[in-house]
Amino acid sequence: MSTLTIRSLRKNFGAVEVLKGIDLEAQNGEFIALVGPSGCGKSTLLAMIAGLESVTSGEIRIDGRLVNSVAPKDRDIAMVFQSYALYPTMTVRENITFGMESRRVPKPQQDEAVKRVAAFLQIEPLLGRKPGQLSGGQRQRVAMGRALVRDPKLFLFDEPLSNLDAKLRVDMRTEIKKLHNRVGKTTVYVTHDQVEAMTLASRIAVMHQGEVQQFDEPATIYNRPANMFVAGFMGSPAMNFLPAELSQEGGRPSVALQSADGKTASLPIVQALASDTPRQLILGIRPEHIYRFDPDLARRKPGIAQIDAVVELVEPTGAETMAVLRLGGKEITGRFDPDGTPRMGETVTLGIDMARACLFDPTTQRLI
Amino acid sequence: MADAALDQSLDRRAATVAARRHFLTRFVIYGLLVIFAAIYLVPLLVVVLNSFRDQQEIARNGLISLPRSFRLDAWGQAWSTYCIGGTCEGMQRNFYNSLKMTIPATIISTAVGAMNGYILSKWRFRGSEALFTCMLLGVFIPGQISLMPWAFILGNLGLSNSVYGLVLIHVIQGISFTTLFCRNYYVSIPDDLIKAARIDGAGFWRIFRKIILPLSSPILIVTVIWQFTGIWNEYLFGVVFTSGQQQPITAALVALTASGTNVRAYDVMSAAVLIGALPPLLIYLFGGKYFVRGLTQGAIK
Repeated sequence: MSTLTIRSLRKNFGAVEVLKGIDLEAQNGEFIALVGPSGCGKSTLLAMIAGLESVTSGEIRIDGRLVNSVAPKDRDIAMVFQSYALYPTMTVRENITFGMESRRVPKPQQDEAVKRVAAFLQIEPLLGRKPGQLSGGQRQRVAMGRALVRDPKLFLFDEPLSNLDAKLRVDMRTEIKKLHNRVGKTTVYVTHDQVEAMTLASRIAVMHQGEVQQFDEPATIYNRPANMFVAGFMGSPAMNFLPAELSQEGGRPSVALQSADGKTASLPIVQALASDTPRQLILGIRPEHIYRFDPDLARRKPGIAQIDAVVELVEPTGAETMAVLRLGGKEITGRFDPDGTPRMGETVTLGIDMARACLFDPTTQRLI
Repeated sequence: MADAALDQSLDRRAATVAARRHFLTRFVIYGLLVIFAAIYLVPLLVVVLNSFRDQQEIARNGLISLPRSFRLDAWGQAWSTYCIGGTCEGMQRNFYNSLKMTIPATIISTAVGAMNGYILSKWRFRGSEALFTCMLLGVFIPGQISLMPWAFILGNLGLSNSVYGLVLIHVIQGISFTTLFCRNYYVSIPDDLIKAARIDGAGFWRIFRKIILPLSSPILIVTVIWQFTGIWNEYLFGVVFTSGQQQPITAALVALTASGTNVRAYDVMSAAVLIGALPPLLIYLFGGKYFVRGLTQGAIK
């Protein structure tokens, strides 16, 4: 059993506030992803959990025990670094046993542990090699082996996949997920890649400018982002933001947008609105919620709104095709099935899934 | 068809012109290199040849001329019997003095430099950069400036006119260099290694012994060569703070040229100079490869 609790954690480097009151918690066996753009403080937060950075104020508890000033080695954690940080002069075996040597674990017990981990990660043939003789993926495995061998309370990962090429990254991502399913250890995983966060985590903390913007399950983060930053950061291509005005259309609230033919089209709002909703709104639509309109679709899905747009650019990726469309005086991206892709220059009638749309307050940037 | 043939012959012409130009450039470059090498090597050659020539022959044919005789006597005299200022022991005692001074001073200053470099790069603390800058000043301060303070210190410690006093001086004077070398090298060792080791439960000394030191051989070789040759060849402190039997070989060589008799024993002098130059020469011969490699080696991947 192991939990992690962080309460109003702050970190200053001189006059610079890097973390501005972080609250986080991880239940036993949870996989928490810290995600955000570079400089958001996620790596600093991880280093503080590890004990490699001091705490300015607030508290970090592992299993309920306050560890603010406990040395890294006494926190019972293991960490995998972005650079792997394998000791270059030692063999793989020595790398894995280094921590046990430091802790004076008896030799037979060490051998036992190495055997177990090597079999688990399938790195037995590599045990006699030096890190310099390993490929990127193999180094990654050894780094995980070094973390696994200790059976710690907490696993910390600091962008472990960002040094790998694209294909290997996807493979290793799956490995890490399998590994977590088998080992079931509480894990904190730092990444700037929102796909990694979405695929791996049981809960995601989206960080920006030293604050947690939203801390929730991946589906909630994706479908109901707390603010425009989270909405724009999670998902690729990013969510489209369209400034729009709130109006009443046939007794129902709707937003007005400029259509391709110059007329104003009104899109009915499905969500219930509070009475103090501002008149100016930001309409957020994910690219995959923009379709080519057809009556069949409208019958199947309630809340599909019609609007015309001009196709400015088409980007096929194979599995799907992105189209840049001009709508309401702005460029937006739509995600289309390759079969039904609009052509460049064409005016298409779009069906926008208003049930999945998000509305934001333009001043606070929060979700309405 | 004709065009193609023409093109081919033109191509061949161009190729020969390029080859000829290439050859000419090479010729000039190597020619210049040979000239410069000769400028550096001829003095050494003269000294080496004179150390094997007979004194009378040198007097007859001049210092710079091809040898007509071959004898090893001068080497023996220079080593053990030649008289300097009344004592007839040759250079051997001074040679051993130099060894007794250079070896401990090299080892101690390198060890301290490695430790300083480790702390200043991997265990930074408030003011460590300022401290490093202060230590760097030592690199730029010429030795003469510290002559008076050293005279005072050695006097008070009772170490004047002793090899141990010189060891102390060279250790202290060398620390700024060794610290600079090691610190700049250790900066290129990724900090993640230290962090990983700390999580693995290793402390200050264990990290140094098990992670930093095994990575250090290139820079330690550079530092040892630098310190050994620098300390061995150092003359000023040797001549100021020691005399007679305590002098290192560099200081004694000057005493040899100044010693009494009116006949200049060029053969013995040449041999003595070579004896004095031999250790640094050997160090470069065997360590030179590593020296260049260490100086150019950057990050460790």
